[in-house]
Amino acid sequence: MKLDMAIEELHRSESHLVTVLLSMSDRHKVDHEVFYVCRDMAVWSRRHVAELAQAGRDFGLDLDPEAREDPGPLEAVRQRTSELLGRRQAPGLLLLADLRHLYREAQGTSVDWELLAQGAQGAKNRELLDVAERCHPQTLRVAKWANSYLKVTSPQVLAS
Amino acid sequence: MPSLDRIAEPWGTRTPYGPGETWPTRVDTHLAEGVGAEDIDRWVQSASVLHSNGDGLDIAVKDDRIVGVRGRAVDRVNHGRVDPKDLFGWQANNSPDRLTRPLIRRGGELVETDWDTAMDAVVGRCRELLEEQGPSAISFYTTGQLFLEEYYTLGLIAHGGIGTNHVDGNTRLCTATAAEALKETFASDGQPGSYSDIDSADVIALFGHNMAETQTVTWMRILDRLEGPNPPKIVCVDPRRTPVASAATVHLAPRPGTNVMLVNALQHELIRNGWIDRAYIDAHTVGFDELETQLQKYSPELAAEICDVPAEQIREAARIIGGAERLLSTVLQGFYQSHQATAAAVGVNNINLLRGMLGKPGCGILQMNGQPTAQNTREAGADGDLPAFRNWSNDAHVADLARIWNIEQIRIPHFAPPTHAMSMFRYAEEGSIRFMWVTATNPAVSLPELGRIREILAQERLFLVVQDIFLSETAQLADVVLPAATWGEKTGTFTNADRTVHLSEKAVDPPGEARPDLDILIDFASRLGLEDKDGAPLVKWRDPEGAFEGWKECSRGRPCDYTGLSYDKLRGGSGIQWPCTDEQPDGTERLYADGRFWAQPEYCESYGRDLVTGAPIEEQEYKALNPTGRAMLKAPEYLPPHELPSEEFPFQLITGRTLYHFHTRTKTGRAPQLQRAAREVWVEMAASDAADRGLGEGDLLEVSTPRGRVRARLRISGIRPGVLFLPFHYGYWDTDGGSQPAGEDDGRAANELTPTDWDPVSKQPIFKTAAAAVERVAAADGTPSAAPTTTGSAPVAANVPPTRGGEGALVQETVGGRA
Repeated sequence: MKLDMAIEELHRSESHLVTVLLSMSDRHKVDHEVFYVCRDMAVWSRRHVAELAQAGRDFGLDLDPEAREDPGPLEAVRQRTSELLGRRQAPGLLLLADLRHLYREAQGTSVDWELLAQGAQGAKNRELLDVAERCHPQTLRVAKWANSYLKVTSPQVLAS
Repeated sequence: MPSLDRIAEPWGTRTPYGPGETWPTRVDTHLAEGVGAEDIDRWVQSASVLHSNGDGLDIAVKDDRIVGVRGRAVDRVNHGRVDPKDLFGWQANNSPDRLTRPLIRRGGELVETDWDTAMDAVVGRCRELLEEQGPSAISFYTTGQLFLEEYYTLGLIAHGGIGTNHVDGNTRLCTATAAEALKETFASDGQPGSYSDIDSADVIALFGHNMAETQTVTWMRILDRLEGPNPPKIVCVDPRRTPVASAATVHLAPRPGTNVMLVNALQHELIRNGWIDRAYIDAHTVGFDELETQLQKYSPELAAEICDVPAEQIREAARIIGGAERLLSTVLQGFYQSHQATAAAVGVNNINLLRGMLGKPGCGILQMNGQPTAQNTREAGADGDLPAFRNWSNDAHVADLARIWNIEQIRIPHFAPPTHAMSMFRYAEEGSIRFMWVTATNPAVSLPELGRIREILAQERLFLVVQDIFLSETAQLADVVLPAATWGEKTGTFTNADRTVHLSEKAVDPPGEARPDLDILIDFASRLGLEDKDGAPLVKWRDPEGAFEGWKECSRGRPCDYTGLSYDKLRGGSGIQWPCTDEQPDGTERLYADGRFWAQPEYCESYGRDLVTGAPIEEQEYKALNPTGRAMLKAPEYLPPHELPSEEFPFQLITGRTLYHFHTRTKTGRAPQLQRAAREVWVEMAASDAADRGLGEGDLLEVSTPRGRVRARLRISGIRPGVLFLPFHYGYWDTDGGSQPAGEDDGRAANELTPTDWDPVSKQPIFKTAAAAVERVAAADGTPSAAPTTTGSAPVAANVPPTRGGEGALVQETVGGRA
């Protein structure tokens, strides 16, 4: 039985996704939709981290129910930098790079959820399967958002 | 003939009627002082332009001047009645400060010039940027006040000619969520209901919709039902004690930003109690099982805690809605300009679907809008969407449009969703949009976070063209100002919030060298040399009727089919509701009768979006979800608002309108009766909050948020505790500041305070959930605030003198009369 490993790995990737979303949000404070939507989506990943910590107990894991958060000062620095650079076009390219990174992270995490769901089915663990069915669609929505936002933003960044 | 002060009594004389009866006629007339009906040279057919209701009226002309208006008794929308704004607002046409010549910036100043110089400057800069950067540098920001023919021509020029994706209007601030909510549920825009549903409804639920002030004539219809036999029950959701709230059977006043929670709890109760139409749901919808699961946690108790509304009140509202035999639901800015706008409005669509109440008399949904021609920006493609509800992500639709326009398909940008207004201003801020043409609107007062907007518009690197009838705050920042003709000075059609198309004919010439917007746009296309693929001019018409005929072809076979209409048909009688075709020559009163929708994957306008992230849903996903084109029940999850009150900013600030003004007062501020009725900005606060802080009626307060400060006199009103209200109409054109506050203590535009944040689904800015603080600057000097006493801003104290219009506001009302 290696379900504990799958839970631990997913806990790590969802926790990392929180960091990715929040730091991306801060870096693009002047792109208001990115700023707010990334924060709203981070709430999902935070909840996933808590659910995984809870589920991990049955497998003898002691996982932190709270996602790792960035230290506060960095957040302020990133937001301020975003405001200072907000009148230049270079941040557009940075946004594309960040969206691409988020897309890959969310897709990777989504694959981890798939593995967990398959494992839970194999072990006939209904509770764990429920966790996966609740959380996985939200992780996928993060990936879809990143992909769609790339489509929206790239023509203006690349063709101007 | 009886006359009434219609500033003091905005809704006029009651004409009660019962369910299923015809709403009695009442013809309202107001003429300039000293002018009698016998003096009028001619009456010219038109409709109202100071709100979205679309009331048919005739313009009185004497000696080639507009001297008054009279309601059209034959019109299906108003049966002769006229809104106070239209009764008096026409006087703005005759204002001495109308723009009469083009202006161009020379040495930092705007100076008068001729049309050739102005247009060559506009075309020259546009051509330069197209060569240097391409279409991504060019943007158009239009309005909700032009005519259909102008929007269609603008969309053709921008999308088909220049090939830019940057086209939107300030309808983004008023109607974007209405359109998006309809696309989410029905996969296509198109108002399901009809105003005539009021005649037979037994329950009318108004969600964030202060109809008494936004669509006064339709509110008169409800008031007349309320005074007649077997009146309908009214459910009102609004944090203010509006006239609607006062007439309601149950009034829910939720915390701003919690609408989704409230609407979810109402649906939860409907399902839990079995107050749903299972047969309708099974036959005509998808998504019920998922909805039922998602809604389980949204109990009235949870909602009571989050929304701060008693659970019993929520149950009572659900009981009324659940017991309705004919339910009419309406939605407006309290939902559209608030947190999670689309998700909340979709929840209202769900309610009518769950109850199976759609497409039958009295059973309808009215997702409203604010501006008179907002509907046409949505239809004709001036809000960025492709014309006639074509789907930008369906290649066959784009190919069809390219055929109609006779251009190569690749010229039409359809690689991504259209650029919405807030994003256009962002691109201008970072410098990739370098040309912005603003038609008939005033973003320097109407957009959120005005300090930021003014900085963007004033940038040297942005070439700003403003086409308007007055030197608005925005026009003062322009590089070129083009003087336009307005309502009554040009011909065209426009469509109201219940799909009624009206013809508005030219009554008088525009002042000076001012020109119709359509002529200006065609001139631009011709100077720029825009051509179709055979080298013929891209724009194939020279006049409004030609543009209308072109539009009819574009609309053929689409939901908003106009092919059965013509100028001749619209002359003389009532407005007509689209779709209007050879098969349905009298138009269509209600959409979606018998549960048939326009949601088939090949036909629909939109595959929808994720209700939290706003990401567009892909074609394959849509086909799997809704292969046969049913209505969709979607389950929105509640998210807390982004800006919550804090110790430093303990209030929630909402903005909104008053009955007596429209938009940024460019017209209503120049009509003496309307200006006197609400002459100055005010701020509303609940009595308990005022008492806690020792504040009184008329105290001068400073309202602040992290974005800015505004000074306003206090009105202690029936608003819910913890919430402040500021009207958004007041800018700076009639102050020393001109385009902005004269000094740092002179802020009075509500949008100095609002945050830059929008609903990711509809992209409509959020004007109703900012955290704010108040401080007293000076105690009252004995005069109360300028807030009207007749409306949602009514004082709680009795000692405030009532709002009156006096002699100049007398309006003739002929009950039962025929014009």
